[in-house]
Amino acid sequence: MTRKQRRLTLIGAAGVVLAAALGLILFALNDQIVFFQSPTDVAQNAIPPGQRIRLGGLVEEGSVIRSDNAQVSFRVTDTANTVPVTYKGILPDLFREGQGVVTEGVIGPDGVFVADNVLAKHDENYIPKEVADTLKKQGYWQGSEESASN
Amino acid sequence: MIIELGHYALVLAFALSLLQSVVPLWGALTRDERLMAVAPPVSVTMFVLVLLSFVVLTGAYVASDFSVLNVVENSHSAKPLLYKFTGVWGNHEGSMLLWVLILVFFGALVGLFGGNLPRDLKATTLSVQGWISTGFILFLLATSNPFTRLANPPLEGADLNPILQDIGLAIHPPLLYVGYVGFSITFSFAVAALILGRTDAAWARWVRPWTLLAWCFLTLGIAMGSYWAYYELGWGGWWFWDPVENASLMPWLAGTALLHSAIVMEKREALKVWTVLLAIFTFSLSLLGTFLVRSGVLTSVHAFATDPARGAFILALLCFFIGGSLTLYAWRASTLKQGGLFAPISREGGLVLNNLFLTSACAAVFVGTLYPLLLDATTGEKISVGAPFYNLTFGPLMIPLLMAVPYGPVLAWKRGDLLAASQRLYAAFGLALLTVLVTFWLWGMEKVMAPLGVGLAVWVMAGAVSEILTRVKILEIGPRRAVSRLFGLPGSAWGTAVAHFGIGVTVLGVVTASAFQEERIETMRPGDSVELAGYEVTFDGAAPRRGPNYNEEVGHFTIRQGGVTITELEPSKRIYTARQMPTTEASIYTTGFSQLYLSLGESRGDGAVDVRVYFKPLITLIWIGCVIMAVGGGISIADRRLRVGAPKPARRRPADAVAPAE
Repeated sequence: MTRKQRRLTLIGAAGVVLAAALGLILFALNDQIVFFQSPTDVAQNAIPPGQRIRLGGLVEEGSVIRSDNAQVSFRVTDTANTVPVTYKGILPDLFREGQGVVTEGVIGPDGVFVADNVLAKHDENYIPKEVADTLKKQGYWQGSEESASN
Repeated sequence: MIIELGHYALVLAFALSLLQSVVPLWGALTRDERLMAVAPPVSVTMFVLVLLSFVVLTGAYVASDFSVLNVVENSHSAKPLLYKFTGVWGNHEGSMLLWVLILVFFGALVGLFGGNLPRDLKATTLSVQGWISTGFILFLLATSNPFTRLANPPLEGADLNPILQDIGLAIHPPLLYVGYVGFSITFSFAVAALILGRTDAAWARWVRPWTLLAWCFLTLGIAMGSYWAYYELGWGGWWFWDPVENASLMPWLAGTALLHSAIVMEKREALKVWTVLLAIFTFSLSLLGTFLVRSGVLTSVHAFATDPARGAFILALLCFFIGGSLTLYAWRASTLKQGGLFAPISREGGLVLNNLFLTSACAAVFVGTLYPLLLDATTGEKISVGAPFYNLTFGPLMIPLLMAVPYGPVLAWKRGDLLAASQRLYAAFGLALLTVLVTFWLWGMEKVMAPLGVGLAVWVMAGAVSEILTRVKILEIGPRRAVSRLFGLPGSAWGTAVAHFGIGVTVLGVVTASAFQEERIETMRPGDSVELAGYEVTFDGAAPRRGPNYNEEVGHFTIRQGGVTITELEPSKRIYTARQMPTTEASIYTTGFSQLYLSLGESRGDGAVDVRVYFKPLITLIWIGCVIMAVGGGISIADRRLRVGAPKPARRRPADAVAPAE
């Protein structure tokens, strides 16, 4: 092989690998990203059942019901709309009524959100930024959204 | 008074770093020996000053000096001494001081031990390191001063976040920082080489030990972080593709590519473009990681306190260093002369492939981490990119790379013979194939990818062993003579084999723990039992207990197998009194390389408790593999050829010039 052919082969092979990687990344971005929705979004947009989303808001006071087999149900609200959620598992330590929460899962055909992931940051004063923005949009300002230093 | 001394030491260090940034560089460009000679002593003095500063801050924590704002925010007099000490870096200001300490430490190391370096390269490198130090010490002094005093000291501090009050905290950040910041030296070397217009094999030989050192520590730091999250957060997960985790993974991927490129550059003087660019990229990714974690841009389990002013400062630093170095690169790339040629199928070719896949994987992680941020900043739309994305991109990119790993060391330089290489790997391939078949047979067709993953891991491990065995020509000269040859092998050969073996082990752990894990989540009352992986887990009851700065509810569990009691586990839920913060303490039983993992959830009243039980087969291999990799790196560093190989510049001794006539 001449020097030029060698260089071209290498560049060609590199190009193929990079193109494949790029293709994978773009496909995965389209397919696998999960959108964040507030309860109002859910009420208004009629998310198709079975689509995976993140639902965030405040845990409605008095809505947490614990049943056997580590099942728990509660309601997520952004003060304008509410969505019922069920979750089987252990809730994070900072999960509390009246506090911010972000859950990930799928809306069932009956309108109940089946969560397989409930997230809370390890600072009790913190409201996840997405939730704070949602609340702000509703005109419900809940104090400083700056977290205390950890 | 002492606190002010610590503060002043930092200011002095800043002044010295300004000096360091200008004088030696000027000396190098004008070939003034005396100006160049300024660099090493200044680098050592800067280190001593910042060390003094750090010691003062640590002293304030240990003494619970609540007149210092930083101590008030992050400490408590009832905290155990160990955590008073490690709490120094459990917050933004303190950890930033640690960052700077390590930065000047590496500068001092080059100053002290860089005897083999050409003087202008050493001076320029230390100058560039001085620029970085200037930037970050200024950041500390201007926006993140750990020595701010309170006029009216409170009686008690706010305590350290309970999750951080753990031995893992003592180890994880320092290890990680030595890794991150260690790559600053390779960055400085790269920029210095570009400024001086000289990149050759000797340069690569000097760069490699520093790269290895940083890489080893980064590997250990990431592994420790993963293990700490695993047992501390109580969810049994060990990697969440959290943006902050990714921020440490990206420099690791780029650093691995850099390491391999430097080998080629040293041996064959090829791949200069890759090596210099990767050196710049790796540290740039470290800086990016620092920005992501501390600027408030991220919502994450890990993120530090949010503060836009700090974010803006780091962003400015980022733009300056990354933009500046890339501009310099573009301008001076022409000085990177073409090195040795090689055929596409050769060890160099294999390492180019290695670079390609590692950088593509790094790019995938980069996109996944930054895309949500970008989208949020431009359109306000909020999305999350999680494990499904990375499984689809990172996984498929790593698989071809892992398949190629055993080939790398057995291919010849310049022009390799693929068939000959394959012949040496027959045994490894056979073993891998056997493992795939056995795994299929044991678990049936329910899991298709898992047996292939296990096979891949075994391929890598067996390939590493094969490489050593073929090197000592075991089949030709017989086992007894081969053993004596084993000790004669160069350190870097052992280092390579051990490190490659390590990645195989990690992959094995990842595949088995993910694919063959068993989980139960139940509400249990005293006397209830749960059946899992042949174990019987019985809940005996819960009782309250008191710790030094917390109250806890401890659940007592008995583990039986076949009716025989094996062990008793006590997971608990704690409430730390100062911050009224709950944490979950998981309880782990290790059997061989697998683990039984128990964590408690809510108490339901009437004695019932939510319990989560996992059985994770071979999970400890994930972290053991990382340790093996780091050991391999360490063996490579210890290779005398790396350190002695570069010739010492001839020193003219004054006495010789005037030899007295006898």
